[in-house]
Amino acid sequence: MAKKSYRTAINDALRGEMRRNPDIIVLGEDVAGGQGATGDVGVVGSVFGVLGGLYKEFGPTRVIDTPISESAIVGAAAGAALTGLRPVAEIMFVDFVGVCFDQIYNQAAKFRYMFGGKAKTPMIIRATIGAGFRAGAQHSQSMHPLFTMVPGLKVVMPSNAYDAKGLMIEALRGDDPVIYLEAKTLYDTEVEVPDEAYRVPFGEARVAREGKDITLVAFGPMVPRALAVAETLAKDGISAEVVDPRTTSPLDEDTILESVEKTGRLVLVDESPPRCSLASDVAAIVADKGFKFLKAPIKSVTCPHTPVPFAPVLEDEYMPNPRRIEAAVRAVMKFD
Amino acid sequence: MQLSRDELKRAYKRMFTIRAFEERVEKEFAAGNIPGFAHVYLGQEASGVGVCHDLTDEDLIGSTHRGHGHCIAKGCDVKGMMLEIMGKAGGLCGGKGGSMHIADLSKGMLGANAIVGGAPPIAVGAALTQKYKKTGRVSVAFSGDGASNQGTVFEAMNMAVVLKVPAIFVFENNGYGEHTAASYSVGGGSIADRARSFGMPAEVVDGVDFFAVHEAMGRALEHCRAGTGPYALEIRCYRFLGHFVGDPQAYRTADELKDARSHDPLPLFRKKVTEAKLLEASELDAIEKEILAEVEDAAQTAIAAPPPDIKSLEKDVYVRY
Ligand SMILES: Cc1ncc(C[n+]2csc(CCOP(=O)(O)OP(=O)(O)O)c2C)c(N)n1
Ligand SMILES: [Mg+2]
Repeated sequence: MAKKSYRTAINDALRGEMRRNPDIIVLGEDVAGGQGATGDVGVVGSVFGVLGGLYKEFGPTRVIDTPISESAIVGAAAGAALTGLRPVAEIMFVDFVGVCFDQIYNQAAKFRYMFGGKAKTPMIIRATIGAGFRAGAQHSQSMHPLFTMVPGLKVVMPSNAYDAKGLMIEALRGDDPVIYLEAKTLYDTEVEVPDEAYRVPFGEARVAREGKDITLVAFGPMVPRALAVAETLAKDGISAEVVDPRTTSPLDEDTILESVEKTGRLVLVDESPPRCSLASDVAAIVADKGFKFLKAPIKSVTCPHTPVPFAPVLEDEYMPNPRRIEAAVRAVMKFD
Repeated sequence: MQLSRDELKRAYKRMFTIRAFEERVEKEFAAGNIPGFAHVYLGQEASGVGVCHDLTDEDLIGSTHRGHGHCIAKGCDVKGMMLEIMGKAGGLCGGKGGSMHIADLSKGMLGANAIVGGAPPIAVGAALTQKYKKTGRVSVAFSGDGASNQGTVFEAMNMAVVLKVPAIFVFENNGYGEHTAASYSVGGGSIADRARSFGMPAEVVDGVDFFAVHEAMGRALEHCRAGTGPYALEIRCYRFLGHFVGDPQAYRTADELKDARSHDPLPLFRKKVTEAKLLEASELDAIEKEILAEVEDAAQTAIAAPPPDIKSLEKDVYVRY
């Protein structure tokens, strides 16, 4: 099996499924690139290069460059999904959902329920998340909690290339609207990825590392960070288990609770401001359903309650960094 | 309207400052001194400077992700800008904003904006303040051709007409939104026609020619200051570089890129003012020399400056909390 990057894994999934299902279309800004220009069309393949080569293979009827009009992009995807296509819409940076949120949460997410179960809205919104790119306050947010709290949406946060492919295929074969959040900082990370199609089911967490002393639950780009800290701690005899929920809606509560039952301690690592975050959500679930397992209070490592700052020194401090994760784990381990 | 020698010098100085600043940004970006990404204004100098020439510090502008030129045209300090772009203490926004969020309210600069189509609604509000407080000032929203396709822009134009506010919608049509040509993305082809259809006067302006922009802006200002509502300018200009510094631009031919460079507002301005004997070439040379030194100093200072204090991370989220 060959190693593939997170970027290539997503491309693989889309390409394979587009070959298989002619109803899948891709739309967004510069998903091909070069339309109307003097040079080559299709040379961009979306600004992070995830859709490279798709225009060449599938042409302009299936790889559709749009004007800069997020409301219309997402709304059109919702309307097309409702009437028989399977659109994959791209919102380049998740921050831009501010422009089109109505089409997501009042429209796409609610059709099925409002229409008494008669409708299906099989669409995917791909968007990039995360700080660490020195991209400033309007290009660095994650916003997964915002989607997770909307009934009707499924929310996917792949943390590695293997899951990225399997979760994308699962999304493309499902019938519900999916928010698929790609971590910018992970695009070049590689793991072994099968060439053939496979599905990673939603709502099934992955135990990314087994351990017995403490459970770390991390989301998306925070998973590799949690794993790195777990390695460091192992040298000091602290055995940390790392759980990657992979989807925040649905959320695999059972795997998290089983892990906490085993370790008795929990630290959450979530790149989000702290209030109403996945960290606070999972902490509440564990306090509610797993109180008897806990040997120490739950700790969360999140961003502060601020926008994302530009200056590198500030941004590095803003993100849940290894130093803060490690400190939280040690504090929980010391509690008695 | 004939501009005085001093005014002509000021215009050239601002245009050349933008040129020198952006070329330096290109260089420092390549050297790794500028974090993130940088969208430069090279080729569009006459547009921003022509629009802002007759504005005071009390007139307001809202800008875009390609905002350095607008900042300079509105009188922002280049050292403060360079410090900001490098994410340093002492930057115009304390290093918290960066290239896409430079703001200087004391200069009437309401911020660059990393959300395409973000500025026009804000500019309508700023224009409403001027109308409400009877200041006689105007507010300008800069947008690109790409941004002209954003719903927020349509809403802002319509509301400005309905509320009859002194807002000027400046569409800098440089032919591209990112990597897609305006000829593909702007349905109907004319941004000026769109503005007209909302019920405001609109002009198509040659953005290579400072004088054309300045004169059109004069008509826009007259219209707005008379209390007759908004005005729009579609300024046709050329993007010399890619969308961002480092964009490989395979979607543009070498011929097209060469042609873009031939529509350079700076030599055109030089030619016009020297041929009309309004300014001497030596005077323009002296301006260039002075500006190059200023930009050099800004860059050196910014490179050497310390980063912001970590303690500033949680400051200024609110006025009070
Ligand atoms: C809401 C939103 N959508 C998309 C983007 C990504 N983006 C940044 S600049 C840009 C192109 C803007 O084109 P135009 O308005 O013509 O301005 P120009 O870059 O030519 O100055 C795009 C699509 C964004 N920043 N915000
Ligand atoms: Mg443009």
